Amino acid sequence: MAAAEKQPVTGAGPFNGILTWVDARFPLMSTWKEHLTEYYAPKNFNFWYYFGSLALLVLVIQIATGIVLTMNYKPDANLAFAAVEYIMREVPWGWLMRYMHSTGASAFFICIYLHMFRGMLYGSHRKPRELLWIFGMLIFLCLMGEAFFGYLLPWGQMSYWGAQVIVNLFAAIPFIGPDLAIWIRGDYVVSDATLNRFFAFHVILLPLVLLALVAAHLLALHEVGSNNPDGIEIKKRKDPKTGIPLDGIPFHPYYTVKDIFGVAVFLFVFAIVVFFAPEMGGYFLEQNNFIAADPLKTPLHIAPVWYFTPYYSILRANTINFLWIDAKVWGVIAMGISVMIFFLLPWLDRSPAKSIRYRGPIFKFALALFVVCFLILGYLGTQAVTEGRTLLAQVCTVIYFLFFLLMPWYTKIDKCIPEPDRVTKR
Amino acid sequence: MSDKEDVHRARRNLIKLTACAGGVAAVATAVPFAASMMPSERAKALGAPIEADITFLHPGEMMRVEWRGQPVWIVHRTKEMLDAVKADDAKVADPNSERKPGELTPEYARNEFRSIKPEYLVVVGICTHLGCSPTDRLKPGPEPFDPEWNGGFYCPCHGSLFDLAGRVFKNKPAPDNLRVPPYMFLSDTKLLIGEDKKG
Repeated sequence: MAAAEKQPVTGAGPFNGILTWVDARFPLMSTWKEHLTEYYAPKNFNFWYYFGSLALLVLVIQIATGIVLTMNYKPDANLAFAAVEYIMREVPWGWLMRYMHSTGASAFFICIYLHMFRGMLYGSHRKPRELLWIFGMLIFLCLMGEAFFGYLLPWGQMSYWGAQVIVNLFAAIPFIGPDLAIWIRGDYVVSDATLNRFFAFHVILLPLVLLALVAAHLLALHEVGSNNPDGIEIKKRKDPKTGIPLDGIPFHPYYTVKDIFGVAVFLFVFAIVVFFAPEMGGYFLEQNNFIAADPLKTPLHIAPVWYFTPYYSILRANTINFLWIDAKVWGVIAMGISVMIFFLLPWLDRSPAKSIRYRGPIFKFALALFVVCFLILGYLGTQAVTEGRTLLAQVCTVIYFLFFLLMPWYTKIDKCIPEPDRVTKR
Repeated sequence: MSDKEDVHRARRNLIKLTACAGGVAAVATAVPFAASMMPSERAKALGAPIEADITFLHPGEMMRVEWRGQPVWIVHRTKEMLDAVKADDAKVADPNSERKPGELTPEYARNEFRSIKPEYLVVVGICTHLGCSPTDRLKPGPEPFDPEWNGGFYCPCHGSLFDLAGRVFKNKPAPDNLRVPPYMFLSDTKLLIGEDKKG
């Protein structure tokens, strides 16, 4: 670190002596400055920029409630279902901890989906933020794993059959598939062994990976600097004397205050859901999961929790055997690609403008169509299959993939408006 | 760095060799970690065959028993149900159980009705798509998923259909017919599931 940063802490304050002592032994002040008071973010952040910090808040809620829940939960196929009921009925405030955790899972996905959509709106994945986007995608994958492993723990009917279906996705992989599925389950069917290891993944493995990825995501963000709704680089216009971007303001206090306002509003909504609609009509907690797991009987209607339904729709939209490969394997491949293709977004997008504000009509139409298809697929995934719905899901799946596959072409021919020199007031 | 002439070649090679040896040790150490996730000896031992008493299984009825943690269905098929199987020949993807015969259909069940005795169907009630347990819709009549339904099984997860011999319908997500487990008749009213005469 530069010598200038190791000056004694000055100004009025009772702890300056302690801070100076610590700072001589640990990069405290320089870290504080680099990431908060002297991290310059564009001054034109809007509503869409709340969801990154809110996702971080939900992560904290999940860790805090999760720790309390593990104190009373039993990862044993004979005890798990009753342990959750015990937490709900007998542990002091146990119901609150569990409802915060279960609502937090859905809130996490809401924040992440909106956060990702923000990136697509303003081109936040574009150069030089490709790696930042990739870290974000890895966080998203990790979160999907957390949600999946965690969902088995209550050991209800949906827990059991959901895990059965997802683990069998791996069995569809040619040659190694069946052995891989056995390795994941630790048994020939989903059983006590599976529950126990999913508990380990849910509370140790993935949280550790998640925290590391969040740290990498933030470090990458602070290295390249935040994008903004105009999609232009504020670092291009710096004050010649100070070297500070003209359109930048310190993250603390300006954006900490803004984010705290977002936190307050979020917590209002979160509390309303936790207290009055923790099941959200079967979307956050599914009705069938209030029945203990029965390996002999699949519930009549089985659907994943809402945040997985778009991919689930894509999985079951594949009903045609093609090129000597089963429809089943095609479904699994399509589902895998539908998630992974987001990784390629920074390279598929060839538009000269980053932000939707300066892009042409083709991209606006394509993005709108993609969002509609994503929502329709999400809705269909919660419903039982009929021929009409399967056809609709197939159409939406095709559009979903065309959005990505044709992107290099339509973003190139699209008529963009010139980007402004400085960020705009809007 | 490495293009400097004063690099001690022998020492550099020794470092590479040491790094390789360390890498081999690291990979070897990873093996027990990965292997400890395989099924335990206890889980392997639970695969023993089970007996099923079909004395009170009347024609047209179905019963479920558990074998290796999986549901096994036994259906006592009536004459009409067997006719329905014949009528479905054109609708199903693999009418003669020719796909993966060793894995899905033992030799003694490789016939139109996929059973030893035509009236008794024994199949593992796990959809070959992604492992859900299909629902029995044994009665013929129009259904939302098929207006000309002859009776069979409907998988609620992804909409696969199976006829009364456990044969999968064409163009459904499930690729294969339901698996017929190894089984044998111990007497007219007693079945052994998980073992056959060969085994």
